[in-house]
Amino acid sequence: MSFPANLRYTKDHEWILLEGTTATIGITNFAQGELGDIVYVEVETVGKSLVAEDIFGTVEAVKTVSDLFLPVAGTILELNPALADQPELVNSDPYGEGWMIKMTVNNPADVEALMDAAAYNNLVG
Amino acid sequence: MKNTPFTQKHIALGAKMAPFAGYNMPISYTGINDEHAAVRSNAGVFDVSHMGEFILKGADALDLIQRVTTNDASKLTDGKAQYSCMPNNEGGIIDDLLIYCVEANKVYMIVVNASNIEKDWNWISQHNTKGVEMHNISDKTCLLAIQGPNATKILQSLTSMDILNLKYYTFTKGVFAGVENVLVSATGYTGAGGVEIYFEDKDNDAEKIWDAIFAAGAAQGIKPIGLGARDTLRLEMGFCLYGNDIDDATSPLEAGLGWITKFTKDFTARTILETQKANGISRKLVGFEMVDKGIPRHHYQIKDAAGNDIGFVTSGTQAPSLQKAIGMGYVNSAHAALDTEVFIAVRDKQLKAKVVKFPFS
Repeated sequence: MSFPANLRYTKDHEWILLEGTTATIGITNFAQGELGDIVYVEVETVGKSLVAEDIFGTVEAVKTVSDLFLPVAGTILELNPALADQPELVNSDPYGEGWMIKMTVNNPADVEALMDAAAYNNLVG
Repeated sequence: MKNTPFTQKHIALGAKMAPFAGYNMPISYTGINDEHAAVRSNAGVFDVSHMGEFILKGADALDLIQRVTTNDASKLTDGKAQYSCMPNNEGGIIDDLLIYCVEANKVYMIVVNASNIEKDWNWISQHNTKGVEMHNISDKTCLLAIQGPNATKILQSLTSMDILNLKYYTFTKGVFAGVENVLVSATGYTGAGGVEIYFEDKDNDAEKIWDAIFAAGAAQGIKPIGLGARDTLRLEMGFCLYGNDIDDATSPLEAGLGWITKFTKDFTARTILETQKANGISRKLVGFEMVDKGIPRHHYQIKDAAGNDIGFVTSGTQAPSLQKAIGMGYVNSAHAALDTEVFIAVRDKQLKAKVVKFPFS
């Protein structure tokens, strides 16, 4: 499995794309494959300021419920509105249309400190 | 952890495997929704060889079955099967099971849940006071469920037994895919139609039968189905899953299994259950569908509008065929009527749901 080189990754299988101080976050292709058919993404933290590792939402597959952990400290800006009716986008396009949230990052250097694609590949390989 | 004779097939097919009742079982192959849809609209094959099978033989076999189960097995004639349950001394459920009448008053096969094989065997053995010959054939018995509207049509090409016209809850035995002594039963756990086939794991028969079924169904697009879709399929029908919806502490009457609890004969805890029936039960297993957005899960609390606890969820899922979230759970009898508004505690929210009838629609 290959992982996009422009993203950073967490041990909880989230990816983060930093553009300026705004970041987009989703779950990795590995994570969606392990979870199976995603049927619900719940994020009730829009507008909240959270620290790294805080739970920002929940992703539900047919059989499982999993917490979503924030990769870095910051403020949640929005939940991907498309997921309300098409949670399966997380399966079909985890790095694209299946993104989960956008956030303002407190400290962009926190993102740089996360795993790069090679390191994440070692983790799940 | 035990394997079934098909474990290598599952792994070769790329199944997601997980331990279930001590067996290494396939959870899904291509995805639960995809497999679920295949069974509802076409045909799918489940390896459920982990299930347990006992043979009870002898003049007192029926008497033993009658004493340890709630349904009336004396109604069975050769080639008929019956859903039943085995109560404990307190009126809880030791297991739910199928009774196959191979030869009335002489030979019966009992099919039990994999996780309960030892418990059931010990219980029946303890009650076997009249020397009924008992055999636990679980380890050498293969069980495949071939389910879906096209299942019997596909299988008919592999045997001269009349599978197409096999009536619900009847069975026949004969040569299937060149293998002798295959029991074909018009039963299942999906509500999609089809059969279950039992045969002995010997020589190369398991592989032979598996390969023959997939070859016969190739043009029709038959698929292997994992335990994940087995659960969503049974839940849409409102079928109980032992360990979730029924267990040692739930009574068959509470679980909606009054239809297989016959007070026309004597059995374990009959008096307790008869008293429950006469006095009315305090809680009932009901089906509900979510009105608010959210998915009910095993163990979530069920509340009334005022926030009082009125019960708990025993099974829940996003229903693949229905495009809505559904669940089953026990609620106080006062809240069990159809269309009653109840609330499911999902994380820190209380989400509206309403009581509906089985099967879900």
